[in-house]
Amino acid sequence: MPDGDKYKRVAYYPGCALEGSGHPYNRSTKAIGKALGLTLDEVKNWNCCGAMEVKNIDPKLQTYLSSRVLSIAANEMGADVVMAPCNGCYHNLKKAEYDLEHDDASVEVTEQLSTKAGHATYKAGQVETIHALDWIKDAIGEEELAARVKNSLKGLKVANYYGCMYTRPRHIFPEKDQGEGSESTSKPHFMDDLLAAAGAENVEFPLKTACCGGAHTLSDSDISTKLVLNILKAAEAAGADVIATECPTCHSGLEMHQIRAETEFGEKTQIKIVYFTQLLGLALGLKPRKVALHENISDSFELMAEKGLV
Amino acid sequence: MRDFAEIENEIRALGESSDAGGGDALLGAGEEILERWIAAHGGEPTTSEHEGFRLLALQRQGTRGVPSFNACRETCRELVYHRNLIALEPDHPNTPMRLKMASLVAMHLLLFVSGKLEVEGLGEFCCASRPLRAAGG
Repeated sequence: MPDGDKYKRVAYYPGCALEGSGHPYNRSTKAIGKALGLTLDEVKNWNCCGAMEVKNIDPKLQTYLSSRVLSIAANEMGADVVMAPCNGCYHNLKKAEYDLEHDDASVEVTEQLSTKAGHATYKAGQVETIHALDWIKDAIGEEELAARVKNSLKGLKVANYYGCMYTRPRHIFPEKDQGEGSESTSKPHFMDDLLAAAGAENVEFPLKTACCGGAHTLSDSDISTKLVLNILKAAEAAGADVIATECPTCHSGLEMHQIRAETEFGEKTQIKIVYFTQLLGLALGLKPRKVALHENISDSFELMAEKGLV
Repeated sequence: MRDFAEIENEIRALGESSDAGGGDALLGAGEEILERWIAAHGGEPTTSEHEGFRLLALQRQGTRGVPSFNACRETCRELVYHRNLIALEPDHPNTPMRLKMASLVAMHLLLFVSGKLEVEGLGEFCCASRPLRAAGG
């Protein structure tokens, strides 16, 4: 079992998306952290993790960019743990960690660029990178979370959507698939576990790690819309009221393509899209504005009122 | 080899059916989708099985050299799982719903593979992203 205290105060790396389209995720993450007595120290002067754009052009530059974030956390803030709520950021920080442990060429480029930029070079193993799901799971756990619930999610049927980057590729997540208590790369369950602890009824959802075509959004929007529409239809067929998300890119993609599916293909779906942190916040008794429910494009107020959550 | 539009029509029809035989047909549709991916890359689709299913062997074959193709690994496994539910309990009252879910899973596989084929040459787009310039572009 992880040492819970280690995760009660972590370096927080929101990443670019959480300052823009993913703002409700940023706000709700901070709100539940505060409600649960957890401390988030935002990484000072953080930069882009390298995302898809840099990685597609120069993967070693992406490794350096992610390493800079880790270096600041480790060497300037003295942090042991960096928490990244965005799947893209989380994936890239984990990938950088893996590359710096296994690839001498990546180490060399990172050393050169770190020296040029004037900061300490990040060494593999200096910090542990975790996702927001790990954070709540390890710092609080289901039992304590359930004990703190003031407004149970009982009656809310949830399809948990993890997206494609939270578990892939498997080799950069050595802590997963380690048996009881660890996350599964083939059938992730941490979000299911946390929301169940808050009273939600999780539905069997076969597309929880399926591709949403996120990176196609600009190059071929129709592919993304069709992939998202299929995910939305599957969640509805599974009986879900909401899709819970844990990634700003997935979340925005689901919201935007839900609208586009209606305008471009005449296919309307009713399911609502909500961050898991927003659901947990409501369960902890926070007001909807505190978890930025009003900032979602997908308007879930009526549903949440029906369920007695707002 | 049927084109994607024909396979898509079959998947949709099977999703509206209550005939338990549709489970095997959806699994077969999944195999056809992966055969197209492998053939498009100049390969010979395998006839072998992995964990008792050709679909899973085809998925592993399709991933060689294209790590991002692993993004459909769980979709394939879910298709096998749903096919098994249908095959093991053909008279179960949930068979129509299981067929519906299996058809949505198969549809996702079709959209993913056809989408990837369409954007070939534009670079990889998901977790194991390859450099756009790797091919010297």
